Amino acid sequence: MRLPTKPELTTTLPSLLWLVLFVLVPLVTIFAIAFRPALPQGGIGEGWSLDAIKALGDPSYPALFLRTILISATTTLICIAASLPVAYAMARLSPQWRSRVLLLVIVPFWTNFVIRVFAWQQILHAQGYLAELLRSLHIVGENDRLLGNAGAVILVSVYTYLPFAILPLFAAAEKFDFGLLDAARDLGAKSLRAFFSVFIPGIRQGVITALLVVFIPMLGSYVVPDMVGGPRTQMIGNKIAQRNFTDRNLPEAAALSGALVLLVLAPMFLRRKEKLATAK
Amino acid sequence: MKPSRVPFVTLIVVLVFFYLPIGFLVMNSFNTSRYASKWGGFSTRWYDRLFERTDILAALGNSVKIATAASTLSMILGTAAAFALHRYKSRLQVAHRLLVTVPLVLPDILMGMSLLLLFVSVGMSLSLVTITVAHVTFCLSYVALVVQARLQDFDFNVVEAAHDLGATKMQAFIKVTLPLLAPGILAGGLLAFTLSIDDYVITYFVKGPGSDTLPTLVYSMIKKSKDLPVINALSSLMLIVTFAVVAVSQRLTRPVA
Repeated sequence: MRLPTKPELTTTLPSLLWLVLFVLVPLVTIFAIAFRPALPQGGIGEGWSLDAIKALGDPSYPALFLRTILISATTTLICIAASLPVAYAMARLSPQWRSRVLLLVIVPFWTNFVIRVFAWQQILHAQGYLAELLRSLHIVGENDRLLGNAGAVILVSVYTYLPFAILPLFAAAEKFDFGLLDAARDLGAKSLRAFFSVFIPGIRQGVITALLVVFIPMLGSYVVPDMVGGPRTQMIGNKIAQRNFTDRNLPEAAALSGALVLLVLAPMFLRRKEKLATAK
Repeated sequence: MKPSRVPFVTLIVVLVFFYLPIGFLVMNSFNTSRYASKWGGFSTRWYDRLFERTDILAALGNSVKIATAASTLSMILGTAAAFALHRYKSRLQVAHRLLVTVPLVLPDILMGMSLLLLFVSVGMSLSLVTITVAHVTFCLSYVALVVQARLQDFDFNVVEAAHDLGATKMQAFIKVTLPLLAPGILAGGLLAFTLSIDDYVITYFVKGPGSDTLPTLVYSMIKKSKDLPVINALSSLMLIVTFAVVAVSQRLTRPVA
């Protein structure tokens, strides 16, 4: 093997060392701390212990993991379903309008995340206009709350992640040859049929990227369920924060984080396999 | 056959969905009523109250300090990383690329938790420094991404020409490469700055007691339901700043005609 040259090393080493120190080592630390005992006053003890790993057998955890995956998957599917027609429409705009609309899509995602979630907390408030309107239309009952349920968590998650789904789909749609759709129609396909059997397969890579950029961060969701959800919508992220900040049990928080790392790696591994398959 | 109108209608609905909560927030910041749910008349009292809050100003100061340090450092590290990834195709770069990608895909909570565990195990006390280190780590990857995109269109023949005309490697880098790449590097730095100012989750895990940034302070105000209308006023002001930053970055990244 050829040894790296000096200019390669001078440009590579600063970032490489930084990332090894603050990304790779911390990730390994998660797994190491999971095998440490917890101190009652909230530190990490000496020696090794399986307590934190055994705590993963908590009877409430299967439901917690299932709920996290279900909320993440539902949010992802809604984001993709809404982004597909949006990406299609954006790609068909004139170049001038395309960049204007693109900016309109990006700007809300540049505003503070906490504040965007806070805005929804006020909109969904029990005494708010929306709740009153829905009550007067008898869509929700007198005692139903708009906050504190899975619906609120999914709605606000869709709001925060929709731009992440639109961008890769739009990037793929921009390169799509729309002449293919005309051809499909000339051959007798209905609009909807052409959209599903020509457009979507044509932007396949964009769809996969969109799936991953929404689903993976959703698995680690913490702020949205904390602010607009309730005890029944707790996700893995909330449990990690609780173990860490409330119970002051770092090894258990680490064990749960390690489980989340593995959960996050699974879809990435599938993606790699998929890439290898298409490369052949 | 006419193309369907459904995609365009969806686009408009989505844009309305995006801006409705933001509009609601700005409107409420002028609502004299303490309760966001009812309109009580126009007033700017929450803005007055906002400027009386010294803790908000202090948190803003912390945020700006951290964002400035983090974006500067990540601009240097990220640009170097982008050069290496663009220029060399060795096995070292495969590992390098993988590590640069991890912060882009890793959920925030895992990044915060893993850094917290690192700081705790080496006995580093949590402060503005630990927050800055965490921010540099995720900003670096975004800067590398932006600069790499710029390098794709960069014409290295210009650098060759400078060499042929007698410039040393250093001279060619400082006088030719850097000025040509400056807009891309600055755009990356600006993105890093906004990401740093915006971050809540990672900061919350690695901040020490008393070292609040704007997002962590706002979050605790929301959790305690304290002075909520003041948060609306603050949010509206932050929106104005965001729009200004977007306008500037649009200028920077616009392709030179």
